[in-house]
Amino acid sequence: MSQLIKNRALVEDAWVAIDDDAALPTEGAIIVSWARWQAERETLHAYPGPIGVTLPNDVELDAVGDDHRTWSLVSIEFPKFTDGRGYSLARLLRGRAGYEGELRAVGDIMRDQLYYLERCGFDAFVLKAGKDPEDALNAFTEFTVQYQPSSDEALPLWRRHIRSGLNAH
Amino acid sequence: MYRYDALDKEIVLQRAAQFRDQVRRRLSGEITEDEFKPLRLQNGLYMQLHSYMLRVAIPYGCLTSAQVRHLAHVARKYDRGYAHFTTRQNVQYNWPKLHEVPDLLEGLAHVEMHAIQTSGNCVRNISSDPFAGVAADELEDPRPYCEILRQYSTFHPEFANLPRKFKIAITGAADDRAAIAFHDIGIRLVENLHGERGFEIWVGGGQGRTPMVAERIREFLPKSELLSYTEAILRIYNRYGRRDNKYKARIKILVGSLGADAFRDQVEAEWDLIRSENLQLDDAELARMATFFEPPAYDAEVSGVEAIEAPLLMDPDFRRWYDTNVFEHRQPGYAIVVASLKNGELPPGDATAPQLDAFADLADQYALGRVVVTHRQNLVIPDVRIQDLHAVWTGLKALGWAVPNVNQLSDIIACPGLDYCSLANARSIDVAQMISQRFNNDPELSALGDLTLNISGCINACGHHHVGHIGILGINKMGVEAYQLMLGGSSATDASLGKFLGRALDKSQIVEAVERVARCYLQIRRDADERFLDTYRRVGPDPFKAAVYSDDTQWRAA
Repeated sequence: MSQLIKNRALVEDAWVAIDDDAALPTEGAIIVSWARWQAERETLHAYPGPIGVTLPNDVELDAVGDDHRTWSLVSIEFPKFTDGRGYSLARLLRGRAGYEGELRAVGDIMRDQLYYLERCGFDAFVLKAGKDPEDALNAFTEFTVQYQPSSDEALPLWRRHIRSGLNAH
Repeated sequence: MYRYDALDKEIVLQRAAQFRDQVRRRLSGEITEDEFKPLRLQNGLYMQLHSYMLRVAIPYGCLTSAQVRHLAHVARKYDRGYAHFTTRQNVQYNWPKLHEVPDLLEGLAHVEMHAIQTSGNCVRNISSDPFAGVAADELEDPRPYCEILRQYSTFHPEFANLPRKFKIAITGAADDRAAIAFHDIGIRLVENLHGERGFEIWVGGGQGRTPMVAERIREFLPKSELLSYTEAILRIYNRYGRRDNKYKARIKILVGSLGADAFRDQVEAEWDLIRSENLQLDDAELARMATFFEPPAYDAEVSGVEAIEAPLLMDPDFRRWYDTNVFEHRQPGYAIVVASLKNGELPPGDATAPQLDAFADLADQYALGRVVVTHRQNLVIPDVRIQDLHAVWTGLKALGWAVPNVNQLSDIIACPGLDYCSLANARSIDVAQMISQRFNNDPELSALGDLTLNISGCINACGHHHVGHIGILGINKMGVEAYQLMLGGSSATDASLGKFLGRALDKSQIVEAVERVARCYLQIRRDADERFLDTYRRVGPDPFKAAVYSDDTQWRAA
């Protein structure tokens, strides 16, 4: 089993990704593609183990609907470091759709995205091959102050701290 | 001026520490240059032709004299003695060494400065009216809203990897000195029929290869919704902006392809879903931010213009400078002074460390220690007592910064061009210098009135050639530098894009061509009050085309 970062710790990955044309196993936690989920929704509903789905970063929430309530994991692919659509999708899944399961970032993921990804609602991260996961854990604590609300923090800084105006200096 | 509290300080110090670690990983080979590139870019560090270039943020152009002195220190220690002010009110240094940049950033953090998001596909420095807070034509000071947006956009986790860079400008004045029509979001403070203040929202302006004037998508946005509406725009852009082609990735392309109405509908639908969330600005936060920008304690016992009547009468050089470089202040007895960095000796926007130190001293001695960078790459002292204008002029003259040319033809905006930039096709700086020297030294040509001239060394338009009354675009014509002339652009309230006048000119002819345009204007203008731009709009390109090209086989061959 490969390692990944989950809730700021290194863990073994208990999930198995199933190719679209491969038969479903009889048990265990599996991840299927969004295409397969749409095509085989009924079969997958009957699957005995936990289901995870990989969403393309441009999927619309309307298309996902309430399906996510039966999922235990959503995986969002970052085809390139610089493709930021996954950040918005994550915030919408958490904040608007109310998805509460594992939210995993996969693809071109390196240490320096982790802080932003976590703030957008991701709690699991599969680093790009060859990157030191121990070192990457430092990324979560590089910043201790956040100005704006996001998935991790409902309030802007000025509502969390007493910030004085000029006259108080 | 906004002053950092402990939280702001922590953020910039932590950023410096984070970058120190990123540089360490790069130098040790833990990350490749390809992996490092997006990291350094989010910190304003570019790779140029000869070395790295670091762009330091100057939020909405505002500096204290202490910060100006620190910029001089950085110029001495990390550059070769120069600082370069940019068209987005930032400052650039051309020769930093990678291993020294962490120390440079930490030093900046101690004077409440940073290089956060001065590059990369994220929300960039919020720019504004250089006369903000002192302009006589201002409805309301835009700077509190600039600072609110600066904080909101700093390390915004959702919008750090947009399709492309994202620039926001705000003005609170009738006369647009912030070029809001050429920003991704342009914001104007307005008052509605009920006397309430709010914002007009413009989206999708920009220059580059596909210049566009922004579209107004909202006539009135309540102040409390500044952040929620901005977030809605950014989210629509992040999700639907093109990512397949760098040159079609700016929000203007999305607005253009959807049409302004459909784009607005998408934004408003998103906004409806988030406007009641925690992004609403409350009165307490608005009032707190406003305290940082309250008018200073102005001297009530000041004289008016009668205090400088004698030098105005007796010193024609001072008189000319007063007419062109001094602007009306909202406070009686005070004036806004623009120091022109366009004397033709250094590249437009360049300042030496000693000039910066001396300028900071002037701002302390004769004003309130506050300085502003303009998008035309000049520096403003916003609070000068009228009675001190002659002394300030004398001080500026010693620096070479009293050239009476603000908003005139030789007050040129130019990009770094082929001298520094890896994208450029042609040099910009030498053309700017040749034009400045020709026009500054001719009594007739140096008195053309408001006439802006902007030069870019390639179609990416960093020198804003599309929006100069006269624009010059450098191109590469079969290995030789050549220049195209455009006329009729404006980045002000009467925003428009310039149009090419005719075929490209050789380098040896570009100064002559500009002079022919200027002389043609002098001949055909209705009177001295008709600006070049208004003459051009009245008569069209033909007279200018004739002036430049009619006999061009002779003078072009000469």
